[in-house]
Amino acid sequence: MQFIPNILFAIALILGIGFFAKNVKKLIRNIKLGQDVDVSDNKSQRWKNMTMIALGQSKMVKRPIAGVLHVIVYVGFVIINIEVLEIIIDGLFGTHRLFSKMGTLYGVLIGTFEVLAALVFVSVVIFWVRRNVIKLQRFWKSEMKGWPKNDGNFILYFEMVLMTLFLVMNATDVHFQDMNSGNVISQYIAPLFSGLAESTLHIIERSAWWLHILGILVFLNYLYYSKHLHILLAFPNTYYGKVNPKGQLNNLEAVTNEVKMMMDPNADPFAAPEEGAEDEVPAKFGASDVQDLNWVQLLNAYTCTECGRCTSECPANQTGKKLSPRKIMMDTRDRLEEVGKNIDANGGEFKDDGKQLLGDYISTEELWACTTCNACTEACPVSIDPLSIIIEMRRYLVMEQSAAPMELNNMMTNIENNGAPWPYNQMDRLNWANEE
Amino acid sequence: MSEKLKVPTMAEYMAEGKQPEILFWVGSAGSYDDRAKKISRAFVKVLHKANVDFAVLGTEESNTGDVAKRAGNEFLFQMQAMTNIEILNAYEIKRIVTACPHSYNTLKNEYPQLGGVYEVLHHTQFIEELMSSGRLKLKSDSTLNGKRITFHDPCYLGRANEVYEAPRNLLKSLGVDLVEMKRNRSTALCCGAGGAQMFKEPEKGDKDINVLRTEDALKTNPSIIATGCPYCNTMMTDGVKAKERESDIKVFDIVEIIANSEEL
Ligand code: SF4
Ligand code: SF4
Repeated sequence: MQFIPNILFAIALILGIGFFAKNVKKLIRNIKLGQDVDVSDNKSQRWKNMTMIALGQSKMVKRPIAGVLHVIVYVGFVIINIEVLEIIIDGLFGTHRLFSKMGTLYGVLIGTFEVLAALVFVSVVIFWVRRNVIKLQRFWKSEMKGWPKNDGNFILYFEMVLMTLFLVMNATDVHFQDMNSGNVISQYIAPLFSGLAESTLHIIERSAWWLHILGILVFLNYLYYSKHLHILLAFPNTYYGKVNPKGQLNNLEAVTNEVKMMMDPNADPFAAPEEGAEDEVPAKFGASDVQDLNWVQLLNAYTCTECGRCTSECPANQTGKKLSPRKIMMDTRDRLEEVGKNIDANGGEFKDDGKQLLGDYISTEELWACTTCNACTEACPVSIDPLSIIIEMRRYLVMEQSAAPMELNNMMTNIENNGAPWPYNQMDRLNWANEE
Repeated sequence: MSEKLKVPTMAEYMAEGKQPEILFWVGSAGSYDDRAKKISRAFVKVLHKANVDFAVLGTEESNTGDVAKRAGNEFLFQMQAMTNIEILNAYEIKRIVTACPHSYNTLKNEYPQLGGVYEVLHHTQFIEELMSSGRLKLKSDSTLNGKRITFHDPCYLGRANEVYEAPRNLLKSLGVDLVEMKRNRSTALCCGAGGAQMFKEPEKGDKDINVLRTEDALKTNPSIIATGCPYCNTMMTDGVKAKERESDIKVFDIVEIIANSEEL
């Protein structure tokens, strides 16, 4: 009978990690639904970006209050999780605070964890206040209703509970309090329980211990459904993020081939296509659904933390237009999830559901409101590029559907005919030199 | 007063078997837009003052395709790009200077994949170079001394290509009182013209972007709003009009400010 806790623990661990692995597999499969894109260039710049932006949080601190609080939560969370290692070993082998054999070092470690736990708790409370009491505008935009809003708060409650459990566990651990080393914070919590018998304390300590580790396992599995996925994906995402100048839009190779053919007077339009050339021509230009986007754009969608920094800097959004770059990312993720579920339900094959990203999620009104100003890509703390998705969808509208706004069609006709966006004569192009 | 500016073309250079130091890429706005044409002329005057050997493509220049690309028309963009590249390469152009950040961005970043590789400079970068090499000397007792001027960062010069200081350095060297808007450099607000917005009505909203940006500028209490882009210039000029401040606040391109202060 004495091994029952160990066995239960092992089962919880296997289930928790097993489910997580299953979700990760699904995540990777969904991301791979995107088109291939070559990201093998600029390796050292990419490593540098990841180190600075994800590990070093360089973009987060651009907004100092949120930035500093986030650094605390981030550092706290990573470091406190070292403690999880001890919990797992204790849980599996029935030991108690195995690492305490380290002596003073243990006290220093746990002391640090306790301070961090308290700081994380306070930061998370401030985050909650910013969202729910101060009601920072960017958390109350129209795309932040329902699940996204609740999700943001759930995570904060989760972290509050986990930190509380950790501190209570230490406060009610009689041996640990007796050691009187490392209990920097919990010694002030211990008196709250002072009237209780040692056996009761033990029960509270054990409960806190179990809830803490189970909480972490639940949290791990919550990630897949949450904006909190960024704690993992921020790393690959900043690595694969854009390394070219922000103003540079990608070149459509397939178009290049066709334009070259059109412009080359020697090209034989009836010549048989080169071997293998057939499958290089994409089924369509631009994107109307998530499968037309490339996999980095889909990774972007899963990485988005819904912080709304992009939207709060977006000139279109600030002037009341429907466009919100955050919504572009959230829509992409929602549609990708829908496509993924469709594939699961249909034995691994996507069945046309009569829906697509364009129209059913993102409207043309949003797409045409973008000034391509790159404020969103500059603001994003995890190198997401909403603009590239907007452009890809405009490409579909224009090249596949000829569905540009009328004024833009006029502008493009002018360029085709006169080499300028206005209806002026090409031969007058140098007249400015003679006018005043 | 209609004074004929000397603006040599590449064809003329070619006929003489010579190669200019730089090609001045005028751009569609700089060629046809009444307001932007003045910027082109001001830049030419500054080039003459510094004795720069330059040429334009003239009637052989065509739209870079920037707007078409941003509107989603990659076909039209690439047709424009390849036509231009054919001419630029035929003239063996190495160095291009332009007063339009959109042309600058497209020529610099989007032409290389299509076979057009050049060194491309924004006119403020080139003028800064002329000054630091001593080829262009500005009067120190300029009428601009102490004038409050704020600079609006064009998206395609600033965030898109991280050129923030060249325009500011020029303004400072004129001795003006450069006052920054609250959102400047990488956080500057767009004027509202980019991404083909210049050519269409804005979507439904509660305000125009250029008015919002003009309000940013007005908060610095400037006598001049300086820009480095013909589209920003139009947008800010309209914004100042919308705010009914055109009598006391002027919108100028940096090269116009230089040309004016030098009485060119
Ligand atoms: S690039 Fe488009 S979506 Fe992004 S901030 Fe600018 S206008 Fe908004
Ligand atoms: S795209 Fe980036 S800035 Fe925008 S909400 Fe997502 S994480 Fe935040």
